[in-house]
Amino acid sequence: MRLTTYETFLAVFCALALLSTVATGVGQWAAHRTMDPARSARLAVLNSRARASWSVLLIFTIAFALGKWALLVVFAGASYFALREFLSLTPIKSSDYWGLVFAFYFVIPAQYVLLGLGRASVFATFIPVYVFLLLPVIVAIRQDNERFLERIAKVQWGLMISVYCISHAPAIATLPIRGYEGRGPLLLLFFLLVLFFTDVLQIVFSAALDGRSLKSNPNKTVRGLLAGGAGGALIGTGLWWMTPFAWWQALIMSLVIVSTGFLGSVVLSAVKQSLGARQWDSEVVFTRGVLERLDAMTFAAPLFWQITRYFWVIRTDI
Amino acid sequence: MWLTRLLVGAYPRWTGAAPTAAQRIYFGNHSSHMDTVVLWAALPQELRSNTRPVAAKDYWDRPGIRGIIARNELNVVMVDRSRDDPNADPLDPLRDALEHGFSLIIFPEGTRSAQPLPGPFKSGLYHLAREFPQVELIPVYIENLHRSMPKGAFLPVPLICTVRFGAPVALKPDEAKETFLERARADVIRLAG
Repeated sequence: MRLTTYETFLAVFCALALLSTVATGVGQWAAHRTMDPARSARLAVLNSRARASWSVLLIFTIAFALGKWALLVVFAGASYFALREFLSLTPIKSSDYWGLVFAFYFVIPAQYVLLGLGRASVFATFIPVYVFLLLPVIVAIRQDNERFLERIAKVQWGLMISVYCISHAPAIATLPIRGYEGRGPLLLLFFLLVLFFTDVLQIVFSAALDGRSLKSNPNKTVRGLLAGGAGGALIGTGLWWMTPFAWWQALIMSLVIVSTGFLGSVVLSAVKQSLGARQWDSEVVFTRGVLERLDAMTFAAPLFWQITRYFWVIRTDI
Repeated sequence: MWLTRLLVGAYPRWTGAAPTAAQRIYFGNHSSHMDTVVLWAALPQELRSNTRPVAAKDYWDRPGIRGIIARNELNVVMVDRSRDDPNADPLDPLRDALEHGFSLIIFPEGTRSAQPLPGPFKSGLYHLAREFPQVELIPVYIENLHRSMPKGAFLPVPLICTVRFGAPVALKPDEAKETFLERARADVIRLAG
């Protein structure tokens, strides 16, 4: 028996709502009982994730109910806030003004409109080729060549991470996979669930198993990372029925998501520290921001999209 | 209001004073037309209704959207920079608002500076401090806004701006005008740190 997209989503939604309720309850209960400061810090992170899962659920329910364009608007919003955070930490001169106006008011909408129109080849080359060439032109016209390369390189990096990479997540839902028509949003849901559960499990296992904390993220330990990654991959395998993959393919794809997600968070943590070392406390907007929440997704989404597109859309002969 | 939040964030950070209902004069660096709105937006909602920004009449008191924002939303105290009438004291509307119990937002540089750090302060702050000793003077530093909206730009670039509130400055007895203004300015600069 095959469920329709709607039924599958409903089933997943109920399961998630149940899980969030349990997690919120248990998390609150545990936070009241523990005395150990390190443990309670990890629990606080976990509780914030449980709360975040509620807002994510809400946003996705709305987006799935309203269709493709609503989904694109949600992710365009995420790109906007991520880019704003990224550029706020970058030293910018007033001669970069038109370059930034171009980035915010033209590149973000254009990228998502291209995606919405289904122009996959233009969508995948727009920022790395066309914007890459056009942006330095706009800035160079001002004839302010002081640290020119540094300035445009940082804006381009911000666009790549927060617009190009993030826009690949909704692109997963639009892949034209044969025999999977109309069920694209479920593949996106699969991708996001693997990322989300990997993150949660890694924090849970890091709190349970002691060991050395990671340099890039003090909430996770090496052993917790491996155990959580394995758990995330297993959950992904168990969700094979909502994807176009066979169970072993779902296992491989989950491993791809888990490992690229981890690499993404390592790289973005390095970027963050090199940009914002001056203001590195918990009050800073950056740390409670979108970019930190989406760090794993920025690397996993384009790779997952490319691999799925190559093996399930282009090379359907193998 | 929500547009300002969406564009530049306007996140408050109270480092030296708590957001209470005490009557206050907030004074800060002035680098863009949006300063007024951003500082005002950074205040908690219950303080906004009795806090009035002070702004130049020649810029804000015009027909159209700008005047509507100034009058209805911000409840601006208009100051006449042109001094057409030599006998009128430009500080009079401010005194009037303070006597009615309002808190004020002022930018004592008098004009926008292109630099991140404020230029010399005008003497209005000193006169108000002398005449209203019970009002707390809170230094404020608005970060990043000069980059988000450079002079002459009409479209703000979305960058996160933080608004930092410092500890109150009080006028010492017999303190000279220049010393006081310089001290107040140094307090704003220290917040920029």
